Amino acid sequence: MPRIIVCLKQAIDVSQLKADANGRLITAGVSRKISDFDKNALEEAVRLKEALDGEVVTVTASVEDAKTTIREALAMGGDKGYFINDEALQNSDTLAISFVLAEAIKKIGQFDLILCGEASIDGFSAQVGPRLAELLNIPVITYGRKICLEGSVLTVERILEDRYETVKASTPAIVTVTKEINEPRIPSLMAIMKASKKEIVTWRLTDLGVSPGKVGEAGSGIRILDVKAPKVERRRVLIEGETPNEIAEKLVKSLIQEGVVGR
Amino acid sequence: MKEYVSVWVYSENNNLMLELISCGRSLSDTLKIELTAVLIGDEAEGKADKLVKYGADKVFMINHPTLKESPDEICLATLTDLIATHKPEILLIGSTKNGKELASRIAARLETGCIQDCSYLTINGEGQLITKRVVYSGNAVVTATFSRSPHIATVPLRTFEKLEPTERKGNIMKLEAKAVKPRLDVVSVSKMEVTDVKVEEARIVICGGRGIDSKEDFKPLKELAQILEGQVSNTRPLAEDRKWFSGWVGLSGKKIKPTVYIGCGISGMIQHVAGMRDSKIVVAINKDPEAAIFEFADYMVVGDLYEIVPAIVKELKKALD
Repeated sequence: MPRIIVCLKQAIDVSQLKADANGRLITAGVSRKISDFDKNALEEAVRLKEALDGEVVTVTASVEDAKTTIREALAMGGDKGYFINDEALQNSDTLAISFVLAEAIKKIGQFDLILCGEASIDGFSAQVGPRLAELLNIPVITYGRKICLEGSVLTVERILEDRYETVKASTPAIVTVTKEINEPRIPSLMAIMKASKKEIVTWRLTDLGVSPGKVGEAGSGIRILDVKAPKVERRRVLIEGETPNEIAEKLVKSLIQEGVVGR
Repeated sequence: MKEYVSVWVYSENNNLMLELISCGRSLSDTLKIELTAVLIGDEAEGKADKLVKYGADKVFMINHPTLKESPDEICLATLTDLIATHKPEILLIGSTKNGKELASRIAARLETGCIQDCSYLTINGEGQLITKRVVYSGNAVVTATFSRSPHIATVPLRTFEKLEPTERKGNIMKLEAKAVKPRLDVVSVSKMEVTDVKVEEARIVICGGRGIDSKEDFKPLKELAQILEGQVSNTRPLAEDRKWFSGWVGLSGKKIKPTVYIGCGISGMIQHVAGMRDSKIVVAINKDPEAAIFEFADYMVVGDLYEIVPAIVKELKKALD
């Protein structure tokens, strides 16, 4: 009966982002969701739980309210959600957030496996999984696209740039998963109703014994100076012609003139 | 001004290592400090001289015959130990998947910050390292600096051009790898069969999207790539949903920055654009004049790729003959 912890980030729905007149991103009012790859991690945890008769708990740290997001995870099959919610988490980078998550995991207690997404869909920094492994002093397997858990033996297929690697480790361990590992389920109405009765444990930093110096700006290793929409500086030249041949001729001519095609 | 000691670079990818040396060279020149390349792997000895020629002042050379490119415990422990001893101010790591894991774990051990996939690095007037990277699926660029040392940043392939090699003298030091027990057992490794293995390094990339109806219909794209000595790649749905390929260009896949990108039947979803937006010249072919890809294109061709691509092939054959 494995106990699996899934780290869930409440991410910004990036498809809804807009910039102001100065190019600064507006994140206020943009809806939040379970970060895409974390959803794959959750789905994988639930599948393992169903196959091996285990337990899945989720852990989320956020300065914002994330209860609705956690509730969705419980509808997908999580048994219990832990939510670290504290305004002191504002401006925390991955160094600080990983520390808080590690402290929460220590308090949650015994586990066999921790699953995370390969990266978050908004920050895409791919650090929390590996950092947690160091803080908890357990093995980590990143970019997993297939997981097999037999007793305390974990076998994972990793997807890298040009190859697949099959890797074995002993539990407890952390795996970060990629999108191809599964197709996350859409919870049924019944599951959604059941989830409303499941428990979400909310902790503040003091419940974890985390001092303010470990989070926020003081606990972070990087400082954000600016967030701006990237400038699109494309020429957008429309190549027109009566026939495909005419269009092709014009395009090839342009590319040759640019000096990027031919000698 | 801070007391900088040195800039260090490390990558298990040989090309990326030379590009990191180029980036590190300009940072260390600005700060008037030394540039050290850390070489870990088998046959390290044969490679050290080259790193000096390409711009390193010093090379730490560590023979580690069992390193299989995984960010293994030995590599991690050796690097962390060296950093703790020599205290470089800046550490640049090649942004491969393993490189990103390695960077995160070193940062965790040293309780410092790490910025991944930097597209730009510079030293400002106050001697601070300033970085830029893309976030929010390509919808934003974050400018950030570090508040702890060492500063750890990862840099993807083809972000910097390697320098011209020159006959220069450097200090090559042979060191021992740390003896630690590996925690992972690599059971097997299989190469991907895809043709676009080297797509990140290609000068010209022809990319296919959902407008292509079958895997066989990639033939004209391949012909085009062949004439242009480029590579063919694709968007995520063709790999994920249709299972035609295993890799793709995009936010969660390969980030490319070729001289010419030609997108065929690609709608231009932000996740794909995040992987190709740094291309020098973008050509988009799509029959939908409203396709989002045109926002990111230098040359817009509104038309049927099944007609246009073969016509381009024909035209190129004529022009290049």
